[in-house]
Amino acid sequence: MRHLTIRSASRAERELQSVSAELSRRLSSDTGHVCPVEFTAALLRLFQSRSCGKCVPCRIGLGELADQLDLVLDGRGQRDTLALVERLARTIGLAADCAIGQEAARQLQVMLPAFRADFLSHLEKNRCAAETVSVPCVTGCPAHVDIPGYIALTREGRYADAVRQIRKDNPFPSTCALICEHPCEAVCRRNNVDDAVNIRGLKRYAVEKAGVVPAPARLPDTGKKIAVIGAGPSGLTAAYYLSLMGHQVEVFERRRRTGGMLRYGIPSYRLPDEWLDRDIDAILSTGVTLHTEVSVGDDLPIADLRRDFDAVYIAIGAHTDKKLGIPGEDARGVMSAVEFLRHMGEGGTFDFTGKNVLIVGGGNVAMDATRTSMRLGAASVKCLYRRRIEDMTALPEEVEGAVAEGCEVLPLLAPVRVETDAEDSVVGLWMQPQIIGAVQRGRPAPRKADKPEELFRADIIIVAIGQDIEVEPFRAAGIPVERAWFRADGATKVPGEAGLFVGGDCESGPATVIRAIEAGKVAAANIDRELGFDHQLELGVEIPAASVWISGPCGRVNTTEESALIRKDNFCLMERNMSHEEAMQECSRCLRCDHYGKGGFRGGRDQKW
Amino acid sequence: MVSLTIDKKTLSVPEGITILEAARSAGIRIPTLCALKNLNEIGACRVCVVEVEGSAALRAACNTIVSDGMVIHTNTRKVREARRDIVELILSRHDCHCPTCPRNGNCELQTLAADLHIGALPFASKVPENRWNNAFPLIRQESKCIGCLRCVAVCDKVQGLHVWDLLGSGSRARVGLRAADSIELSDCVLCGQCITHCPVGALTERDDTRAAWDAIEDEEKITVAQIAPAVRAAWAEQLGIPDEIATVGRMVAAAKALGFSYVLDTDFSADLTIMEEASELLERLAHKEDYAWPMFTSCCPGWVRFARAQHPELLPNLSSAKSPQQMFGAMIKTYFAEKTETPAASICSVSIMPCVAKKYEAGVPAVNGADAGADVDLVLTTREFARMIREAQINVADLPELPFDAPLGLGTGAGVIFGTTGGVMEAALRTASFMLTGKNPDPDAFRQIRIESGYRTFSMELAGSTVTVAVVSGLENTDTLLAAMRRGEIACDFVEVMACPGGCAGGGGQPIIAGEERAALRGGKLRALDCASALRFSHENPDVQKAYAEYLEKPLSEKAHHLLHTNQAEW
Repeated sequence: MRHLTIRSASRAERELQSVSAELSRRLSSDTGHVCPVEFTAALLRLFQSRSCGKCVPCRIGLGELADQLDLVLDGRGQRDTLALVERLARTIGLAADCAIGQEAARQLQVMLPAFRADFLSHLEKNRCAAETVSVPCVTGCPAHVDIPGYIALTREGRYADAVRQIRKDNPFPSTCALICEHPCEAVCRRNNVDDAVNIRGLKRYAVEKAGVVPAPARLPDTGKKIAVIGAGPSGLTAAYYLSLMGHQVEVFERRRRTGGMLRYGIPSYRLPDEWLDRDIDAILSTGVTLHTEVSVGDDLPIADLRRDFDAVYIAIGAHTDKKLGIPGEDARGVMSAVEFLRHMGEGGTFDFTGKNVLIVGGGNVAMDATRTSMRLGAASVKCLYRRRIEDMTALPEEVEGAVAEGCEVLPLLAPVRVETDAEDSVVGLWMQPQIIGAVQRGRPAPRKADKPEELFRADIIIVAIGQDIEVEPFRAAGIPVERAWFRADGATKVPGEAGLFVGGDCESGPATVIRAIEAGKVAAANIDRELGFDHQLELGVEIPAASVWISGPCGRVNTTEESALIRKDNFCLMERNMSHEEAMQECSRCLRCDHYGKGGFRGGRDQKW
Repeated sequence: MVSLTIDKKTLSVPEGITILEAARSAGIRIPTLCALKNLNEIGACRVCVVEVEGSAALRAACNTIVSDGMVIHTNTRKVREARRDIVELILSRHDCHCPTCPRNGNCELQTLAADLHIGALPFASKVPENRWNNAFPLIRQESKCIGCLRCVAVCDKVQGLHVWDLLGSGSRARVGLRAADSIELSDCVLCGQCITHCPVGALTERDDTRAAWDAIEDEEKITVAQIAPAVRAAWAEQLGIPDEIATVGRMVAAAKALGFSYVLDTDFSADLTIMEEASELLERLAHKEDYAWPMFTSCCPGWVRFARAQHPELLPNLSSAKSPQQMFGAMIKTYFAEKTETPAASICSVSIMPCVAKKYEAGVPAVNGADAGADVDLVLTTREFARMIREAQINVADLPELPFDAPLGLGTGAGVIFGTTGGVMEAALRTASFMLTGKNPDPDAFRQIRIESGYRTFSMELAGSTVTVAVVSGLENTDTLLAAMRRGEIACDFVEVMACPGGCAGGGGQPIIAGEERAALRGGKLRALDCASALRFSHENPDVQKAYAEYLEKPLSEKAHHLLHTNQAEW
């Protein structure tokens, strides 16, 4: 008799493993039009397939929960179905024997409050309230750029048309070609097949091939005047569309140069000035008047703007830094990342030759500071973060890039106090090792580990733990502030204040460039509406018909970067463009969701907004 | 041009067309279900899938654009099996009680299933439940909907109303109301275009034939039928009789054979409408500053519903004249009752209309003027009329040709063209011109206004001053015209609006012919009847003249106001 045998996976098991492994990627695509009730019912069935069936709550309860949701979906729910589902989920969560049942119930308990409105819509009106989405990438893009459209144009070599197509919804094609966080790719339907299309990479290809593309003509003059405070991505986006609609737009910028965080926050090795200026030149060419080095609130009262203009859009960004609040923070050699990067953006520099630099923080700004320090000749650059590397909010490629350039990223360290010398100059930073712990608000939270403090030697400390806005002059002028940010309704309008709009980082908190552009576009549309117009910006570019068909799985072309050994010593753009061959292959991976699937149902695109 | 091969035939076809169009140009048949040319080419039903060499998946012929060197097979095992499976899947979710369906014998799914020789279904039948207010003039049966989305496309693109949408997702996705919780609360104007474009019996008018039979068979009731102009151009399309047999005389005879006591011609009240509306136009032109401009026609209840829901600010611009149906209804229960010595209370007034919205209009309380219940008691569509003829097993070909009954049985050519886009305007201009100059113009003097679809504006001299008129049909076109007027690009004095493309000839109550838009064809028939008429001016209609002399006094008189005018704002 054999006591033990060597287990080899059956074909079914191997296939199951690979399907399971690919499941999350597939599920991440097309998330826009999922009915949460339908999805939860399906999820419960999936949990059921993992249940051993021993304990009653899991064996019978999970199926019953799914059945109840199905009844609701079929319009056969009862008045008390919601209460029954809630109670049953609680019971399963409390009484199931193992994590499978408990976790299934927990998922439902998390989902239920979130989709209550959807649930009730099915229950009471027999109607699915889920937003129906046709083209996932277009919906995933906050500015709703017509991605299949410009990819199709790129494929045909119509690069200038591709730029025009992008500008219909986003006046920063060059900028976004380099630094957009591309939320479109996360939901790309191609994730169902192999991997998302490299959308940002293709935008870069088109933009670079197109060169300078003039902005479209303005609509006839409306005689209305609009003031925009802040020449960052949100303010300039609003200025661009409002100007195209025929309004007279004046932009007031506090600093010497335009671009806001794009210039003063993003290092030029990621976004060179000439790329940014190509976008801004086109924006200003539509007739926008620019006033730089005017600080609204100080040099120019807000009340004056509200009196002299028909509408005011506040888009001042988030340019003040958060403090660590530890002893020694004011010592010589400690600075904030905002301050540091702003100086670089002004065209200044620092000499870090031979210096040891510490960066505190784990976001993209921390990575920008880290990699900039390396380029300034530092002897060593260490980025210290209080959670784990996988918990960093910086893009993984930013972290990897920094490491490749020779920076160190050290996790689970929280700053305690700055060590200074007799002249109050920084000599080091005491760090308290952390242990990762329970999940709080969706993220594992660190706590003090049972380890001694460590001293990290440093000549320079750069703090990158978040930004705030300069609230005061605006608060004093009556603009509502909530938890350090300006408050607007979902349409950038300041409630109860005629002609006053606010958006971008100063309203949302520090976010991405594309979110700032979204706010600018929304503000432009709503300002136009409030002034009694309904201008529609039309595209006028004919999109090639979808003649390609879904090809089989094919690897995604990733853009490459200049070698780390070379790029770490200069501020030249580090990303390389795709080759023509690569770009054409990548274009052909686009599934043309504007034509196939729901996209073709109502024409696949909005020709105007 | 693009060169391609379909089923071993080499073709040269224009660039940019679909595989379906290319195949049809070569006489190669590809079955379709959801496809509607230029309106709904969305590859939803997948019945038109074909093999394209180089593509692993089958392609939808309706929306795949041809490319040079394409090699296509439409009749392979792979294609046939897929088609069959797809039709079987559709049938498994469709209420297949065909004999009880109003589209029995005129159903694209039924024809397709027969063509493809579908036998027993391998799938269990899972038919969704019907939930609808069956008192509403438009009926939707979920149990018959095949999700082709044509109704959505027509309502979106032709009518610009966006009443329908594909709701929900996955296996529970279904057609429903886009924004409203119920059809009564929606923006539906009851044009019925979704009905005439539905390939199956999911969308129909409320069937009022039972009520019509009840009235006919009620010995206490005198049934007085009026037949709208556009009905005569289409009534026999599905009765299997040739055009030369399907004359106006036989239509009257068929209605008489159904048992209606009197069969009258709505052309009469179309002429009456012209007398009132042309007079109103001249009155408004004479006191321009007292009125909102331009004046709009008001004879189309779909348009009135649309104006009420979407452009209430335009209601003062609508002519206060009732539609011919309602003018006739009011005249039947007053003047006609007196003349024929029939108590108004015993009259059941039935109108036979190319229209679904007329069912709604007849039920609007504010439209009644005769003080004898509803002026129009029942409205039947052209389809219901044909259905009654079939039900009574009337052999139309053997019927003698009969004239309309008197009194009020006479109409002019000007009344006939009410049934087609531009006709109301042309008829009004003929009479307005006479009223201003005392002379009849050439009846074809305003032929420029004759169009088949879309909108057109036209300026002319009318008694020394220039009058600009516009004609539009289809509500998306109407919206475009109204937007152009708002922007100041178009300025007119008088606008004719008909909600259905091509006017009543293409009305939502007309017979449904798969794959055909017959508005222009039927409109042509009405134009021919006008040309062949001895009388081509509304003011020359002897019955109209007599009605004014004996009863109404003159256009816009107090009596005329009471019986023949309405305030649409009160509807």
